[in-house]
Amino acid sequence: MAISIKVNGEEHAFDGDPTMPVLWYVRDILNLHGTKFGCGTGQCGACTVHVDGKAQRGCLLSMESVAGRDITTIEGLDPNGDHPVQKAWRVNNVPQCGYCQAGQIMNAASLLENNPKASSEEIEQQMTGNICRCGCYQRIQAAVEMAASEMEG
Amino acid sequence: MHSQIEQAIAAELYGEPVETEDSPQSSAIIGKLSRRKFLKISGGGAAMALAMQIVPGAAMAYDPYPTGAEGMPNGTVVDPHVFVEIAPDGTVTLTTHRSEMGTGAKTGVPMVLADEMEADWSRVVLRQAEGDEPKYGNQDTDGSRSLRHYLQPMRQMGASVRSMLEQAAAKQWGVEADQVIAENHEVHMKDGSKKIGYGDIAAEAMALEVPAFEELSFKTEDQFRYMGKGEVPMYDLHDITTGKARYGADITLDGMKFAAVARPPVVGARVESVDDSDAMKVPGVERIVNIDGSMPPAKFAPLGGVAVVASNTWAAIKGRDALKIQWSDSPHGEYNSKAYAEQMRATAKKPGKVMRKVGDPDAAFSNAARVFSQEYYQPHMQHAQMEPLVAVADFKDGKLNIWAPVQSPYGARTDTAAALGMDAADVTVEVSLLGGGFGRKSKCDYVIEAALVSKEIGAPVKLQWTREDDIRHGFYHTTSVEHLEAALDGDDKVIGWRHRSVSPTIFSTFVEDPLHTSGLEAGMGLVDTPIGVENLVVESGEAKSHTRIGWFRSVSNIPRAWGVQSFIAELAHDLGRDPKDMLIELIGPDRKIDPVAADMKELWNYGEPYEEFPNDTARLRGVIELAAEKAGWGKDLPEGEALGIAAHRSFVTYVATVVKVKVGADGSVAVPEVHMAVDCGFCVNPERVASQMEGAAVMGMTLAMHSNINYENGAVTNSNFHDYPVVRINSYPKDVHTHIVDHPFAVHATGVGEPGVPPVAPALANAIFAATGKRFRDMPFGENVG
Ligand code: FES
Ligand code: FES
Repeated sequence: MAISIKVNGEEHAFDGDPTMPVLWYVRDILNLHGTKFGCGTGQCGACTVHVDGKAQRGCLLSMESVAGRDITTIEGLDPNGDHPVQKAWRVNNVPQCGYCQAGQIMNAASLLENNPKASSEEIEQQMTGNICRCGCYQRIQAAVEMAASEMEG
Repeated sequence: MHSQIEQAIAAELYGEPVETEDSPQSSAIIGKLSRRKFLKISGGGAAMALAMQIVPGAAMAYDPYPTGAEGMPNGTVVDPHVFVEIAPDGTVTLTTHRSEMGTGAKTGVPMVLADEMEADWSRVVLRQAEGDEPKYGNQDTDGSRSLRHYLQPMRQMGASVRSMLEQAAAKQWGVEADQVIAENHEVHMKDGSKKIGYGDIAAEAMALEVPAFEELSFKTEDQFRYMGKGEVPMYDLHDITTGKARYGADITLDGMKFAAVARPPVVGARVESVDDSDAMKVPGVERIVNIDGSMPPAKFAPLGGVAVVASNTWAAIKGRDALKIQWSDSPHGEYNSKAYAEQMRATAKKPGKVMRKVGDPDAAFSNAARVFSQEYYQPHMQHAQMEPLVAVADFKDGKLNIWAPVQSPYGARTDTAAALGMDAADVTVEVSLLGGGFGRKSKCDYVIEAALVSKEIGAPVKLQWTREDDIRHGFYHTTSVEHLEAALDGDDKVIGWRHRSVSPTIFSTFVEDPLHTSGLEAGMGLVDTPIGVENLVVESGEAKSHTRIGWFRSVSNIPRAWGVQSFIAELAHDLGRDPKDMLIELIGPDRKIDPVAADMKELWNYGEPYEEFPNDTARLRGVIELAAEKAGWGKDLPEGEALGIAAHRSFVTYVATVVKVKVGADGSVAVPEVHMAVDCGFCVNPERVASQMEGAAVMGMTLAMHSNINYENGAVTNSNFHDYPVVRINSYPKDVHTHIVDHPFAVHATGVGEPGVPPVAPALANAIFAATGKRFRDMPFGENVG
């Protein structure tokens, strides 16, 4: 039986391997390439997507486990890329190579959606799941704090 | 002199100093008065070498200088027709021929051209060049040299186009060229009577002859619009934040298959038998393809193994994991990190091959009242760039098209062509963004694998490495033991210095069994040491390689800075001295080290002419003092806090680091503050320099605390981020301050991608010692902190 799933507002039916992780489904089947593969084991956060508005690791979520759920990828975060987190990212010139950044942004957006008053410590705690090998942490922290004050304000 | 083989490899990989007519014997030293510049101008399709006498004239706002660019394979191409296109609507398309892996080179290099041609950056579009060095000049994005080598060619091309636009406008208006001036995408009459947009005269302008260098006028520094300002964001910034930026794995072709490869656990092992019955049962798996193996030295040849081809990446990985493969033995099956470290330590205790000697070190050590000696270890490390290796290849009708994240697109093209027995003319390489590189993506084994599989299956294929593949089948940063000795007289004066390095060489990836660190690696903090002790000897001990060794960001500068900078702090402590004062004292008086007097005449100076890029101890002292001052060195700190300092010149850039640590009540160590002082000559983009320094602080801390690739019976035992951890946001150096030494354009710009890393680990260890009294001599030490 096909798995039905909503991605960025669009309904899809999937009848492939039900154990396929959402990461590979959005990348290989839907050609939504913003979500990245970094470790495949839930350790880096490059694959972060929102499932019903909450950040989850796309590489660990099988398609069968998200049947009927609502998935948002970086492409669906904001139609113009103007989510406060995305804007704060650009103001702070956060990225180096940029590869981890979609996952970082998705995690930060989910954090602030659920806790707009997040403290520095809470930000640090939640963002610890996302690796940036280029080492942009200082700017990530600053950008999330900036977005938090905008979302709160 | 390097051996001939070394020289050939050096030339191919790193470039060699410029050979000029003026200095037939000493290629490294170029006479300042008889300076000549050789530019390869490719015009009208035919490339010709042109030697130009540079005569400083009134029009010249800067004095051109030679760099190592011409010594790189395929040199530089300085032809605006290759790099600049202006559309009738005024859109300026600049070709960017360096790979973007996070340093900002893709943006920074063409930004120079745009500035000099008075283009409005908001109307500039960048086009990423395919791998074609005869057309664009050298494209190897490594060695921290994109700006070092391309600053001048970009300025020259920018000035040429500006002049052509001015000439075209003047002609149209029937006035002399000196009555018009180009400014921000328009040419104006100087009297303000007329103006015309670049797009409206582009066709006429670009049809004009490209002016000779000596006819050009260059902007003065106060006229720079973008250079030195740090206000131009990286070109792909918006796309990165919206998920639109395209990396290697984001390329999709019609009919494309997906592949994952099982590779031998030990370098050199081959497939003896394979049972693919379970793999073939995985839904989506279509085919199994064998890839021939290789034994080092094999340059960047694939390790070999078995590829599983499927209809999606997940199926390919699942199928690959279901293969049952019997691997043959390999002569490297005895490689064990622990035993090898002991072997290196034993070698480090014995005299080695002398690579540099000044004064009479033997006498100094035998006359010494005492000898202070220590040893520092660094294990293998792996790049772990965020984007695992990946390549897309499409072999069809005798032609091969490749899309891949590569640091060396032309190298990937020629090596892949050779591996498939093809003519490079039948191969194309398109370069995507790189999700990090750090040197790993200079080695194209993954590209060759994709090409071989595509040819075999007759369809386009995306070949994806997993994180485990990436960590287990790398080209590893070398391991090392650095042994240091100081001879002290009765007054505790340092009268002798010995640095002995034992480290398998990168050259083992290219030639059979070299046993000593190469001239290139020796030039990275060993032979070129700025230590000014009168009697000094530098030695190398034998070390045979048992794995694939390759360059990793900062290369041998990491272990050398780790050893030397830790040792100096230890010596200072032993003598009851301040570590910063001791460091400055050991470096000695301000001087440009004379390579002949200092027995460094064969020094490999990062491919740069020594006289233009000398080892200037005043600049090293300058960054030490700057970092110390900004960090508040010498001031009282609260209980549990302390500073550590280290400094290192690498890639002809000077960096000093002061790390502050804070010890918690539970003994845990945090890094609340880091000061990075950098002297990179004229600074083209201070914003990206700061970002590189921040990243270097994080990477340096990761290396110091965590990075340890471990071998057991020839196989890497690490696999993913749980056993090859990296610093995360909960433990990163919190507040990294970058202090850039301000220089005019005349002080040659140098790169910053690598030089920030080497001083970080020793500065951290020195700070931890100052705070806790605990001294670490083996990297990584994260598990022993607290
Ligand atoms: S790829 Fe999913 S957490 Fe790393
Ligand atoms: S920007 Fe490169 S990994 Fe984060």
